[in-house]
Amino acid sequence: MSPAEIRDVIIEILEDIAPDEDLTGLKDEIAFREQLELDSMDFLDIVMELRKRHRIQIPEEEYGELASMESTVKYLTPKMADL
Amino acid sequence: MTSEASQTDCPDNQRIVITGIGLTAPNGNSYTEFREALLNGKSGVQDYEIRYFGKTFAGVCDYDERRHQSRKDRRRGTRAASVGIYCANEAVIDSGIDWENTDRSRVGIYVGVTEHGNVETENEVYEIKAFDYDTQYWSHHHNPRTVANNPAGEIALNMGIIGPHYTIGAACAAGNAGMIQGAQMLRLGECDFALAGGVSESIHTFGIFAGFNSQGALAGEGDPEKASRPFDKHRQGIVVAEGGCLYTLERYSDAKRRGAKIYGELAGYAMNTDATDFVLPNPERQAECVRLALKKAGLEAEQIDIVSTHATGTESGDLQECAGLREVFGSSDKTFVNNTKSFIGHSMGAAGAIELAGNLASFEDGICHATINVDELDPGCSLPGLVVNQPREVGPVNYILNNSFGMLGINSVVIIKKV
Repeated sequence: MSPAEIRDVIIEILEDIAPDEDLTGLKDEIAFREQLELDSMDFLDIVMELRKRHRIQIPEEEYGELASMESTVKYLTPKMADL
Repeated sequence: MTSEASQTDCPDNQRIVITGIGLTAPNGNSYTEFREALLNGKSGVQDYEIRYFGKTFAGVCDYDERRHQSRKDRRRGTRAASVGIYCANEAVIDSGIDWENTDRSRVGIYVGVTEHGNVETENEVYEIKAFDYDTQYWSHHHNPRTVANNPAGEIALNMGIIGPHYTIGAACAAGNAGMIQGAQMLRLGECDFALAGGVSESIHTFGIFAGFNSQGALAGEGDPEKASRPFDKHRQGIVVAEGGCLYTLERYSDAKRRGAKIYGELAGYAMNTDATDFVLPNPERQAECVRLALKKAGLEAEQIDIVSTHATGTESGDLQECAGLREVFGSSDKTFVNNTKSFIGHSMGAAGAIELAGNLASFEDGICHATINVDELDPGCSLPGLVVNQPREVGPVNYILNNSFGMLGINSVVIIKKV
């Protein structure tokens, strides 16, 4: 997957876990929590959905890499390159 | 041992009244819609299909899930809580209380449930099947969804209520049990405003259908609207339903002070236990429970105008309840008898609360709604006051007695008085 495709994957997951949010103006460089009403259970949802949908395993110590769209895509690019 | 004084002799700050009703039933999403459906003979039972079990019948609710809850919170929570949130908000609105200025630390939530957690557990087991039952795919939402207090706790979250909240697990007696608990907590001064009743999400678990089917107690043949037929000789068994009904309960002194409308007063109640069988009812204990509620209300049996029966459409349950009622009410033709499950099926933990709500309007209109789908009355269920197929004008109604019984021999009775 390309970084742009990975971004689409994350957007799809966010649409499911935060269905009341408008994601069209999401700023990739700003932390999700500063733009969206997401709590720790929502971040676990992102981890779980990546695991279920794409078999991506994210170790707990690396959850911080999912802080923003930019950091998430950067972190996932090598993990999802061959998908 | 202490004996309790008649609950009608209480001072005003110990009298408990109903000041608001929020409900969703398979044939109506408000008190007035539901009553209209009952008087018009409108069923809420329809064709239904659920994983593994396949095609069956169920009472399905169509209330607006988004009316009082965001999509995100609905996704995170449970159907039982969604039903509860709808009912709780509607009840508070109906009560007319100044909710913005109500001290939420003095509000208590007491929600009766038959069971809780089966739906979510079945869903998760189904989900991880796709991953060869690898439990790392098991949802982190599972525990908050399945804790026994979930339906009440989600109501508290939704409405910012910070008084006590919990569920009352009481099988199919739970709707009455929730009301009784709310009344007791008001009397004890543990809260000033109680949201109390019952909810059910049971139609979303295949296990309840499969369990009743294996027990030989599930209806499933012919026209769905005719499937739930308590007291009929050709009854088929239980139709499972979902739904909810929560009342706002207040002390009479508080309700009177704020000029609240009052649907009725909890004149008496009782709960007891068969201690004889896992599933089969015991008419002697049921009759004792009715008598105990009458005693607490300071009433004689013939003073009850309407008995709302629990009967579910199983041969044993119908006959045993009728035997119990015959024992208490004898040949009284002043007491009218009906059944709500014939319209909506068995809404389990919500049943007691919903079925009472369907009768409360009788205080105003003097009409007793019927039990429908009785094509050939079972002679064993031929109670003198049974209102069959068509509603009946019965004149002034002052007392309604509501039966609700459940597995493991749990019996509950509430008596509501016109105020």
